[in-house]
Amino acid sequence: MLWRNIWRKFVNYFMFSLTGLCALVTVGFLFFILGYLVWNGGSSLSWAFLTHLPTPVGESGGGMANAIVGSGKLLLLASAFGVPIGFLGGVYLAEFGGRSFPFVIRYTADLLNGVPSILIGIFAYTIVVLPMKHFSALAGGLALGVMMIPIAVRSTEEALRTVPLMLREGALALGASKWKTIATVVIPAARKGIVTGIVLDIARVAGETAPLLFTALNNQFWSPGWNQPIASLPVMVYTYAISPYDDWHRQAWAAGLVLLTLVLVANVVARLSVSGRSAR
Amino acid sequence: MTTSDAGGAPTVKQESRPAQSVGAMVAADDVKMRVSGLDFYYGPKQTLFGISLQILTNRITALIGPSGCGKSTFLRTLNRMYETVPHARAEGEILFDNEDLLAMDPVTLRRRVGMVFQTPNPFPKSIFDNIAYGLRVNGTPSGAALKEKVEKSLRRAALWDEVKDQLHKSAYALSGGQQQRLCIARALAVDPEVLLLDEPCSALDPIATAKIEELLFSLQDQCTLIIVTHNMQQAARVADFTGFFLLGRMIEYNRTEIIFKTPAMRETEDYITGRFG
Repeated sequence: MLWRNIWRKFVNYFMFSLTGLCALVTVGFLFFILGYLVWNGGSSLSWAFLTHLPTPVGESGGGMANAIVGSGKLLLLASAFGVPIGFLGGVYLAEFGGRSFPFVIRYTADLLNGVPSILIGIFAYTIVVLPMKHFSALAGGLALGVMMIPIAVRSTEEALRTVPLMLREGALALGASKWKTIATVVIPAARKGIVTGIVLDIARVAGETAPLLFTALNNQFWSPGWNQPIASLPVMVYTYAISPYDDWHRQAWAAGLVLLTLVLVANVVARLSVSGRSAR
Repeated sequence: MTTSDAGGAPTVKQESRPAQSVGAMVAADDVKMRVSGLDFYYGPKQTLFGISLQILTNRITALIGPSGCGKSTFLRTLNRMYETVPHARAEGEILFDNEDLLAMDPVTLRRRVGMVFQTPNPFPKSIFDNIAYGLRVNGTPSGAALKEKVEKSLRRAALWDEVKDQLHKSAYALSGGQQQRLCIARALAVDPEVLLLDEPCSALDPIATAKIEELLFSLQDQCTLIIVTHNMQQAARVADFTGFFLLGRMIEYNRTEIIFKTPAMRETEDYITGRFG
């Protein structure tokens, strides 16, 4: 009896420690990566890094202003394409679908989510780069946009499903049509979840490299308009990190730090602004 | 025999079959809704069996019965709210001002037949926007006219004095009883001809309940009220007519005092005396 008690306490304590440890490791990875980036990239991070173009090999200094702006433009393009489709698709799944058709869409969205990003790059390459005969921001934006769709669909659907039925019934009972109910009651009530899901979605594709390698390519200079090859932070990190130059390695760390910081800031700002405006 | 008096109130011949007695001798204009032979199904499962009754204009009708007896389902057929449930269907006839209710456009119908739910369900918007919602959806006024309408609705629901200085605060800041009166005001704002109340006081304390009941009294000359309640004292206090439901059938329907004092059916008597239910 005594032994069983001791054994039970031991198992209890052991499992508690094990789960706690794994939780700590999860958090630890983020801080480890962040710390490592600051340690290695912090010294190369300067005002010039954020505002200047890259310099040729051998010349020190220079920055990645074009890649920061380029990532922004690519994400803008990707969001303009992926968010409306994903959002409205999610609204359909949550609000209009019957039984079998939504199942097909949901399953397809999950499959699309699982398609390796390099294949999505090849798809954008085939339908945009080949006909246009050159790499472009447009192709890169399309590739990232396609990657955004499945997550936007599923996160929107999940957010809308958390809105209680009684709110919908309240609006329907006042003579609101189904669409009116969705647009004026259900979506506003789910706004927090929808926005958070979309920001996380943007943050996820912000770091994608593979689909950009042969769509947006890269660029050492500014890329006006949408029709030319364009630099982006993840491709810069990749290009600089595999180069043989120490100076470029440090710049790659700095670019990584900028990328992660932008993603984290966007995330926090989106969450704060949404919770601040909520009616609760 | 019975006749309608000047006010339209029917008197009832007690020995006739109660389910048909109410309204059978009333002038046709006094009948707001005439339900005959209503069956209801959730998929293959039938939950209402041949319900027939008449709802009289500007009267309070209470529907009582044990849980699962179909009274809420019946209420939800009257504004077709059951249609939010897949595979639910109603068969039979409901005449609403002599129009076929089951064939009407549900959106148009719900503008004329309002509903208040068991749990207060204000929208996550300001008090003002909650009341204005139905008006805006129906494309009615804006600006000063809208404000006036909102104030009038809040006054009708006896809530104006409590909220007039905080119209732009979230409706979630109100107490449960205030939220329920807000929901009633919201329903009244679009001037419904009929207001359905599905156990509107079950989530409220006795003081808030008393306020809602007072409110129902004040509304009855402008609106036909149908209230589903678990609380028999409530039915006895507020209703002109009471229907007793059991296992998907309407056992008895009559003037409230007859139902509670001299019910014709054994089941009704057993229920109201607390022998089951």
